[in-house]
Amino acid sequence: MEDEVRVSIDSDADLVAARSEGRAMAERLGFPRPDPTLIATAISEIARNIVVHVGRGEIVLRPYQEADRYGLVVIAKDDGPGIRDIEAALRDEYSGRGGLGLGLAGARRLMDDFDVVSDPDTGTTVTMKKWRYRDELARLREERRRRA
Amino acid sequence: MSVAILRQGDYLIASIQSDLSDSEVIELRHELAELVGSYRARGIVIDVSALDVIDSFVARSLRAIVLTARLRGADTVIVGIQPDVAIAMVQFHLNLEPLRVALDLDAAIALLDRLTRRDAWDGG
Amino acid sequence: MNEHRPATPTRPRHASDPEAKEEWMDQEPNRPAPDEERDQRTDDQPAERSDDASSLLQELVAYLRDHRTDLREEWARRISEAEFLGVMSDEEIFSEATEVYDNYVDALETGSIETLRTYARELSERIIPRGVETHEVLGIVLLLRDVLARSLFAKYQNDLELLNRILDAYEPAANRIAVTVGVSFVEERERVIHDQQEAMRELSTPVLQLRDRLLILPIIGMLDSSRARQLTEQLLAAIRDNRATVVVIDITGVATIDRTVANHLVQTVEASRLMGASTILTGLSSEIAQTLVDLGVDLGMMKTVGDLQGGLEEAERLAGYRGADARDSTGDVET
Repeated sequence: MEDEVRVSIDSDADLVAARSEGRAMAERLGFPRPDPTLIATAISEIARNIVVHVGRGEIVLRPYQEADRYGLVVIAKDDGPGIRDIEAALRDEYSGRGGLGLGLAGARRLMDDFDVVSDPDTGTTVTMKKWRYRDELARLREERRRRA
Repeated sequence: MSVAILRQGDYLIASIQSDLSDSEVIELRHELAELVGSYRARGIVIDVSALDVIDSFVARSLRAIVLTARLRGADTVIVGIQPDVAIAMVQFHLNLEPLRVALDLDAAIALLDRLTRRDAWDGG
Repeated sequence: MNEHRPATPTRPRHASDPEAKEEWMDQEPNRPAPDEERDQRTDDQPAERSDDASSLLQELVAYLRDHRTDLREEWARRISEAEFLGVMSDEEIFSEATEVYDNYVDALETGSIETLRTYARELSERIIPRGVETHEVLGIVLLLRDVLARSLFAKYQNDLELLNRILDAYEPAANRIAVTVGVSFVEERERVIHDQQEAMRELSTPVLQLRDRLLILPIIGMLDSSRARQLTEQLLAAIRDNRATVVVIDITGVATIDRTVANHLVQTVEASRLMGASTILTGLSSEIAQTLVDLGVDLGMMKTVGDLQGGLEEAERLAGYRGADARDSTGDVET
């Protein structure tokens, strides 16, 4: 049974570790290509936000397995001052000519579920998830089982 | 060193060997800016085939390298973007304008040859 | 391309939906002497439905068991007459008919269709590879229903009121059984078809190398998100392995596409560009062209050519195979 992995984020060198742990876990869980790369890229964006805007934080990688599906949850937590305007951050902030570069919008596009909670007191927590049905047959079987 | 930079005639070939930290990317930027000047390079090839993630920071940095090189008279070609990375970049909406890309080193050199010849032809 | 996984499809529920937890019998069957009971009922208001249904079903079940041989033979005869199950021998038909009959009667008796459903699934697994079709399976189940109903008519023809109540008890049960068997069969068929499709998908190598550095990806048939994703992976890998500079994606064989797939197509073209290859899209039907316009899909820098032949010529030109100015030829790909 796969356990969760924690990567503490203190400097940009930790981004390399976060990317590689994310990719490794995704591959272990059996995500087909290009998902491991999508996940690693999303992790890179979110983790960098921590380094750039706060300086310190943590990434938690949590696998989950169910009968018909498997997935990976990424939780990025920091104790920083929070994102003032989440709405704006989730819009396309990365506009090429040196926008805010928060990359949240992009990361969201790479993952299936995406949630941001942020305020000045408790900091910011980004929770994002990617999941897949085990296979089409499993999906059909699960439906049949549920109907029985 | 995570990046090997070779000189081939008028061109610089920067070969990234592994996943780079942000500071290493910044270092690469400075290094290339320096070398273009000191060697009077007409072209740069950056081989990213060892990168299995290209995120917004790397993309921004690549663009910065291209623009800086242009200011110093050199064209830049990015080669070796891996399939999964290409998909991620597109899905991410990472825009690499105004970069030139090629599949591999040979194609990149051929492209640079055409570009530099064209510049010479146009007298520019 | 955040494709939405389809939500678990829910079937509309109807009266004889096996999924609905129906209780056919709420109480223990209460059985006074049959004749006495019948006389009582004729005078009373209709008894509580479950009571009545329950004891009537018991009576029915007993009857069906007593006449098992005759009814089963009648059924098997009707099956041959209708020319169902032609792929099976008479012995096989009779043996399966016996199983189904017994399971049918058990289901009537217990009110539980679990055993029947399990049997129906197993039966389907057996007969589908033999080539038995859906209409045959539905046909034989309905024939059984008919055989039993007719024999009930014969038995209770002197007491139409009782016959009515018997049928009231029998009908919902019989319907549910028919649906269970039919649905199990169809589901098993869908599973088999799906497995075959998957197998085919994995074997196919859709990307072809036409000339050096020139690839063609002909897409035929239904294009859904999952298949589109697979094709993209294969195409990009082929671009890398073949050092391709031009790719022709031909969708002559694709009837329609929706927004998700259209966006997927665009992203595939953009990803190919990042790898140094230009893409030409050919074979757009006028319908697909209009769909793309209506969807507001940004075809932007994508080259499209109406027919495959024209597209191939354009591709060869781009790849430097046809008389073209050296300066215009390939390799010069801007993002």
